[in-house]
Amino acid sequence: MGEIRLMKGNEAIAEAAIRAGCDAYFGYPITPQSEVLEYLMAEKPHERTGMVVLQAESEVAAINMVYGAACTGKKVMTSSSSPGISLMQEGISYIAGAELPCLIVNVVRGGPGLGTIQPSQADYFQATKGGGHGDYRLIVLAPSSVQEMADFVKLAFDLAFKYRNPAMILSDGVIGQMMEKIELFEPIPRVNEFDQSWVTTGKTPDRQRNIITSLNLDPYLQEEHNHHLQEKYARMRREDVRYEAIACDDADYLFVAYGSSARICQKAVQLARKKGIKAGLLRPITLFPFPEKILGDLSQSVKGMLAVEMSAGQMVEDVRLAVNGKIPVEHFGRFGGVVHSPEEVLEALEEKIVKPVV
Amino acid sequence: MGKIRGAIVVDTERCKGCELCVEACPTDVIRMERKVNSKGYHYAYMEHPESCSGCMNCGIICPDGAITVYRVKEEKVSEET
Amino acid sequence: MNLEEIIREENIVYRRTPLLTDKALSYCPGCGHGTTHRLIMEVIEEMGIQSDVIGIAPVGCSVLAYEFMDIDMIEAAHGRAPAVATGIKRTWPGKYVFTYQGDGDLAAIGTSETIHCCNRGENITIIFINNGIYGMTGGQMAPTTIPGMKSSTSPFGRDTAMMGYPLKITELIAQLPGTYYVSRQSVHTPASVRKAKKAIRKAFENQKLNKGVSFVEVVSNCNSGWKMTPVQANKWLEENMLAYFPPGDLKVDGQLVEQGKTS
Ligand SMILES: Cc1ncc(C[n+]2csc(CCOP(=O)(O)OP(=O)(O)O)c2C)c(N)n1
Ligand code: SF4
Ligand code: SF4
Ligand code: SF4
Repeated sequence: MGEIRLMKGNEAIAEAAIRAGCDAYFGYPITPQSEVLEYLMAEKPHERTGMVVLQAESEVAAINMVYGAACTGKKVMTSSSSPGISLMQEGISYIAGAELPCLIVNVVRGGPGLGTIQPSQADYFQATKGGGHGDYRLIVLAPSSVQEMADFVKLAFDLAFKYRNPAMILSDGVIGQMMEKIELFEPIPRVNEFDQSWVTTGKTPDRQRNIITSLNLDPYLQEEHNHHLQEKYARMRREDVRYEAIACDDADYLFVAYGSSARICQKAVQLARKKGIKAGLLRPITLFPFPEKILGDLSQSVKGMLAVEMSAGQMVEDVRLAVNGKIPVEHFGRFGGVVHSPEEVLEALEEKIVKPVV
Repeated sequence: MGKIRGAIVVDTERCKGCELCVEACPTDVIRMERKVNSKGYHYAYMEHPESCSGCMNCGIICPDGAITVYRVKEEKVSEET
Repeated sequence: MNLEEIIREENIVYRRTPLLTDKALSYCPGCGHGTTHRLIMEVIEEMGIQSDVIGIAPVGCSVLAYEFMDIDMIEAAHGRAPAVATGIKRTWPGKYVFTYQGDGDLAAIGTSETIHCCNRGENITIIFINNGIYGMTGGQMAPTTIPGMKSSTSPFGRDTAMMGYPLKITELIAQLPGTYYVSRQSVHTPASVRKAKKAIRKAFENQKLNKGVSFVEVVSNCNSGWKMTPVQANKWLEENMLAYFPPGDLKVDGQLVEQGKTS
């Protein structure tokens, strides 16, 4: 049994980073995730494990520090919230293009623009469809509890190194600020066991020089590189889709929701069942790769799906693609920083799915 | 004291004909060849090899690293040979 | 004595450093980028540190520097090399880390990364190529384009009332407590190249001391952008660029050098 602690989601991320053998964190303060950097600074991980923590002058600098350390095979991460993640997009595109592993945490707040510091899930498109320029994808994990905030740090690093690809934890202000009792995993040593043959740590006589770049002046070579990236993303779709199915077996209607919306929908499932509506919940854990197959399968057995997200409707598009017109798929969500209640969600299911379908 | 003699060898394929070596040579050794290399550049050569002191100025200024510079003390070499 | 007797392996006093790859440099004839590349590789060769060096070249004419330098290298986004270098040096304090940046890169889009990297006192070497222009994108005005100088985006010459003043970023950086060595050099004559090499050597040696940034500005030509022959460009550089950007050390061993006493 690991150590049990009562922690905020953001603190859990920070503590998990130290325990996961993370080599470096570079970040810039922004609400609602500043606790990550604050916790790390107070915890002096340099003394605990040798982990480097540095407050950068901007998110632009932070992501490029991540790029630098990642080039040398280090386990490196940053965290921010929506406006800061927008600022990082150029760097994330370079990291994806150069195929570097790293972890980026986005504790999403309401937008657009400066928006609000309240929770939101409106960065789904940015996280799952690329975000910066060019054809690339991040591995995107969506925790729905403080426990998962901690556990996914380790998982994200494993996946990032498995694929040499940036991974993102897409959280939101609810999970970031919420306190829960969690069980922390045992610290793992700060050694990286993944293939290091490509890293730029100085050309030793026994090998050719290593070069890290996302540039290819020859368009045919760049096309080839893009094909290689696409194959990698296809492999993620085959091997690393993760989701949780709650009360799906006998369900007539399905909520599809991730992160804090999934918690709310879980409550709504209970309320629905009390009312005699057989509702279930499919919670995508990886937003990319998206659990499209299970949704396609479930569309054979349920009558309709309601995608619930704190946005004007982003993930709902992926649900519709997965279901491919077989059954009605609708969206419900409060947004701009407002969090929906289980009652609102259930009402929306009845209004938009149950009534029209029956 | 022996006389210092120098010489240069220009990698004619590397030379881009910038003429900076011509300008840099204190003893006016270098000229540009009328012929061109495979990339179409006129390349440098020693027009007055006897004047070369092996001072390395040309090698040091050449942006493309096209020049190798040689230097000997005449006396020493003639003793050996 | 005939030429065959002189041109012998044992008589070589100067040759292309093997730390430059065989690949032909992509730079225009006479471009100071080539000269500076060579100096850096000569210094690394002479110090025997090839296996501990990591170079970072961002976007600019030297974006392909990694094709020419036989060391581990990273291509960075426009302006971000000092942040990338920070990420590396912080996690590999024992390695030699350097950036190689143009004026647009270091003094316009990357000003923030430059200033903060220098102010944090990252223990790295920054080589700053000041050619007064944006070379790669076709000769647009740079933060270092001097007053009256023509470029494709200041076709009538830089009008300071409209376009602002050239940024003497090296002077600015010398003021920061995080810099240990700040020097301005040029590569337009054999004598200046020799001096520039000494400065670059010092800038790399300093990394052993762990005392902060060593920063070498290299005033260089962009004969294509300036629309001159290489020889004309180097003359113009001496008469105009060096008048605005006087060469010499600005800070040595953490101490500002008194004006007029520059070497
Ligand atoms: C974000 C971004 N903006 C603009 C560019 C286009 N760009 C590439 S190099 C360059 C200017 C380079 O000038 P400088 O740094 O002075 O180097 P030089 O080419 O003169 O050596 C510009 C504007 C880019 N690559 N990325
Ligand atoms: S070594 Fe000196 S003298 Fe000889 S050609 Fe070169 S510059 Fe001229
Ligand atoms: S300096 Fe080099 S490239 Fe230029 S003309 Fe002389 S040998 Fe050729
Ligand atoms: S454009 Fe200017 S800076 Fe670029 S290679 Fe040509 S001369 Fe050099």
